[in-house]
Amino acid sequence: MAGEELILLNFWASMFAARVRIALKEKDLSYEEKEEDLPNKSPLLLKMNPVHKKVPVLIHNGKAVCESLIIVEYIDEMWSDRAPLLPSHPYARAQARFWADFIDKKLFGAATKIIWSKNKDEAEEGKKELIEILKQLEGVLGDKPYFGEDVFGFVDMALIGYYVWFQTYENCADFSIEGECPKLMEWGKRCLERESVSTFLAHPNKVYDLLMSFRNKLGLDYV
Amino acid sequence: MSKDEVVLLDFGLSPFCMRVRIALAEKGVQYEAQEEDLFGGKSELLQKSNPIYEKVPVLLHNGKPILESTNIVYYIDETFASPTLLPACSYGRSRARFWADFIDKKVFDGGAAIWRSKGDKLELAKNEFIDILKKLEGALGDKDYLGGDKFGFLDIVLIGSSSWFPAYEKFGGFKIEDECPKIEAWIKRCKGRESVAKTLPVPQQVCELVGMLRKMHGIE
Repeated sequence: MAGEELILLNFWASMFAARVRIALKEKDLSYEEKEEDLPNKSPLLLKMNPVHKKVPVLIHNGKAVCESLIIVEYIDEMWSDRAPLLPSHPYARAQARFWADFIDKKLFGAATKIIWSKNKDEAEEGKKELIEILKQLEGVLGDKPYFGEDVFGFVDMALIGYYVWFQTYENCADFSIEGECPKLMEWGKRCLERESVSTFLAHPNKVYDLLMSFRNKLGLDYV
Repeated sequence: MSKDEVVLLDFGLSPFCMRVRIALAEKGVQYEAQEEDLFGGKSELLQKSNPIYEKVPVLLHNGKPILESTNIVYYIDETFASPTLLPACSYGRSRARFWADFIDKKVFDGGAAIWRSKGDKLELAKNEFIDILKKLEGALGDKDYLGGDKFGFLDIVLIGSSSWFPAYEKFGGFKIEDECPKIEAWIKRCKGRESVAKTLPVPQQVCELVGMLRKMHGIE
């Protein structure tokens, strides 16, 4: 679309920013990516997201859209002529929004417990919560190729950013997600066959290195 | 519209259920409300319809459950034609969703921090809550409604939450009209609408419920 300016305020390892990068690619949109140094947030980020001061932020012709799932819906509505990201039927949309919200409410909390755990007990507690949540999601997936039925969609996008963090969770809490949720791992590999996902997701090893560097700085060194 | 069966699993004093009742009233949708006894024992229908959270509200539309109050209001807007509750333009909708998400993340828990606290913690909770309201006051600006000229989606989301403000004022020892006069004026303006006036409880009922919750939590 001529005259459209899209800027994404990004962080490469963020599972939330990943959703937006994937959505933009699915819609085949050109944009400028500005990488944020999270300990030193840019004046642009602070101006565009004064309430939360978080990435991702999509700036469309100078106007800021914040919160990753809200950005994905915005992208879907603005460029509704191609590659739908949400289902068209209101009930299916309600289901998609519910599960994306479940992922944000539950998964992030459990994952946080694991990655910032100060000892093995805390990591173990986080691990048990995470496994329960992943099993619930695996139940929702069932035998479908994607959460969006036959097509990669909103819930798939909501979850796939976490997939590259799975190796980190496994290392921190000494368990195998493949062993606990094999169908979910298959789903992850299936998603990675999509160009939008494989090109725009961070590498699991780099994500683990990043976490370890943060943990070292904080003196959390039992892992 | 023929044979649309709409059932709301409800709790009269829940700010989240109020959002749904107001949205249904705005759309003129006929429905059956089934009051849940949240303290005595949740119904089998609630447990079956919302096995993940076992919470109200749940909207059952022709038997299919829709969960989470903000999600339900989106569904009501997309399913029942008029009047439209969300703004017409995509950017306006993204701003409405952003502030609805902010309200969901901050207001109820911020208020709970007030009625669950004493002493220094109470003072801190009160100040944090006022800060949250000031941000919402900023979003309101000089507009009549959060949605602009018209009462809409975002007003519905916050006015439900505002039903518990009298309890926060009572237990927090402050008045919203002193701290955030524009929000107070907006509340009064919204209460002038029939859908809101018929839905919101009298402040005393909410204060009694929160008083009971405080006893349950050992605060008093």
